[in-house]
Amino acid sequence: MEQTITQKILARAANRKFVDAGENVWLNVDILLTHDVCGPPTFDIFKEEFGPDAKVWDPEKVVVLPDHYIFTANEHAHRNIDLLRQFAVEQALPNYYDVGSSRYKGVCHVALAEEGFNLPGTVLFGTDSHTCTSGAFGMFGTGIGNTDAAFILGTGKLWEKVPESMLFTFDGEMPEYLTAKDLILQILGDIGTDGATYRAMEFDGEAVFSLPMEERMTLTNMAIEGGGMNGIIAADKVTEAYVRSKTSKPYEIFRSDPGARYHSKYRYNVRELEPVVAQPHSPDNRATVRSVQGTKITKSYIGSCTGGKLEDFRMAAKILKGKQVAVPTNIVPATVKVMHDLDCEKYEGETLKQIFENAGCSIALPSCAACLGGPADTVGRSVDNDVVVSTTNRNFPGRMGSKHAGVYLASPLTAAASALTGKLTDPRDYL
Amino acid sequence: MENIIQGKAYVLGKNIDTDQIIPAEHLVYSLSRPEEVKMYGKYALSGVPLPEGGLPQGNIPFVKDGEFESEYSIIVAGPNFGCGSSREHAPFSLKVAGAKAIIAESYARIFYRNCVDGGFVIPYETAEHLNQLVRTGDELKIDIDANTVENLSTNTLFTLNPLGDVFSIVRAGGIFAYARQENLMAQG
Repeated sequence: MEQTITQKILARAANRKFVDAGENVWLNVDILLTHDVCGPPTFDIFKEEFGPDAKVWDPEKVVVLPDHYIFTANEHAHRNIDLLRQFAVEQALPNYYDVGSSRYKGVCHVALAEEGFNLPGTVLFGTDSHTCTSGAFGMFGTGIGNTDAAFILGTGKLWEKVPESMLFTFDGEMPEYLTAKDLILQILGDIGTDGATYRAMEFDGEAVFSLPMEERMTLTNMAIEGGGMNGIIAADKVTEAYVRSKTSKPYEIFRSDPGARYHSKYRYNVRELEPVVAQPHSPDNRATVRSVQGTKITKSYIGSCTGGKLEDFRMAAKILKGKQVAVPTNIVPATVKVMHDLDCEKYEGETLKQIFENAGCSIALPSCAACLGGPADTVGRSVDNDVVVSTTNRNFPGRMGSKHAGVYLASPLTAAASALTGKLTDPRDYL
Repeated sequence: MENIIQGKAYVLGKNIDTDQIIPAEHLVYSLSRPEEVKMYGKYALSGVPLPEGGLPQGNIPFVKDGEFESEYSIIVAGPNFGCGSSREHAPFSLKVAGAKAIIAESYARIFYRNCVDGGFVIPYETAEHLNQLVRTGDELKIDIDANTVENLSTNTLFTLNPLGDVFSIVRAGGIFAYARQENLMAQG
């Protein structure tokens, strides 16, 4: 029987040759990811259900990356970090990345890639909806809640319904003004925020495979905004080169069979697409930037697992070099590594950090920060009737803080161009 | 498990995401310390823009200011309820506020799993556009065996989709209770 890449990976994890869409199967989990918001309640459930002295099924396979509420004075948030630390010590977890130490990384989905935890063919569950990001590495990654995560902690297993797959093919050569963010916002506008519920979103085509890993991660990151269980891109030479630069662990590459069954197929030519935004208050509320050009904004925000990677800042720097922002603009590197890279990477003779500072942006320390609002003292949190153009992933009411604020989701190019004018601006005006 | 769930309806629109169910700023509270747990009840559904809460009239909060529990125990909503983040704090907060069941046209996957596996609230689906047929404050009666919901305020009966595969987990009270029952908890 011919299978999609997602079916093949789940079959491997279920010790089967074939699994069919719609079947419930028990999977052996390769990595469980958790962070400071969902880790403490997950550990509580684990202890309650498996006993106060229970040990996790495999300490090597548990990755704990605090990233949500890090740079805040909120004492409950600090308490949650203490609880992570305590559990990591009790369980002797080698993959805990403590706040305030040289091991601290930042946003978990980007750090997983940087630290070599993303391996083609493997199964990752995480207590965060954007765990689907890792699917860019030809692996299965999906989000779960605390109870399911506690179950995995004790048993190393979880049931999942094998998803049907939707295939999204992008043909053509990527124009300079177009980014992975524009591609995924295009899709979301077509299928809606529940268009892929309980399904896999598989990305294919010349344009997708021309993208660097970090751009591919933007595509798979937002599969959840279409309701997708996972987003996935088969591994190729680019993936292998990235993975091999991080780890020597073994992996297995799977590809969809030519005759595999899909729920639906969508095909786009990237030369015909334009920069787009998702207007308030939903990621599927798509409009071309040109059609909303001139809409006044009060803030620009470039950060998060979706839009705070080095590749995102390379794009923003191209637009901001030698210019001044017209509205407060937050640069929030996803991880410590990205923050250091801003200081080393140069564009036309200046480091990215210098470009952003000279343009009048404020650079924050790496964490999830205002992508999800966070405690009241979070950098970049929206207030009152803010209108924000943001490289983040979600714009439901209140997502970035104030429930009276409006958020336009956009590419780093569009967010940077709009920062310069104080109005939504098509990046083609500056390229 | 009881066979009847009866209580007042609280009606919402579509795409009620987890930030509206429990805004991220409140996720700092413990889910196990009683004095903090009650905060989840206080802030349940507090992210819903006021005009969109308690339809069709709107401007009705799920939990009154200064209180920790809701007078509504059955939430009625449109499609894609619980989309957004994976936070289990969302169905947890609805339970703490006193909700017993949700009836929506569809759910986002992680929220649905969390409701079932955590044993918080029963996530019913229906093919009816129930959020346009029920008013906030109507008295509803869900019959779990019959898969029906009766609007006692208007004397109308609607069909709910059977819970199917997950009914045994719902009946057990969550995935751990179910797994013990089925001997699925052996380590290794």
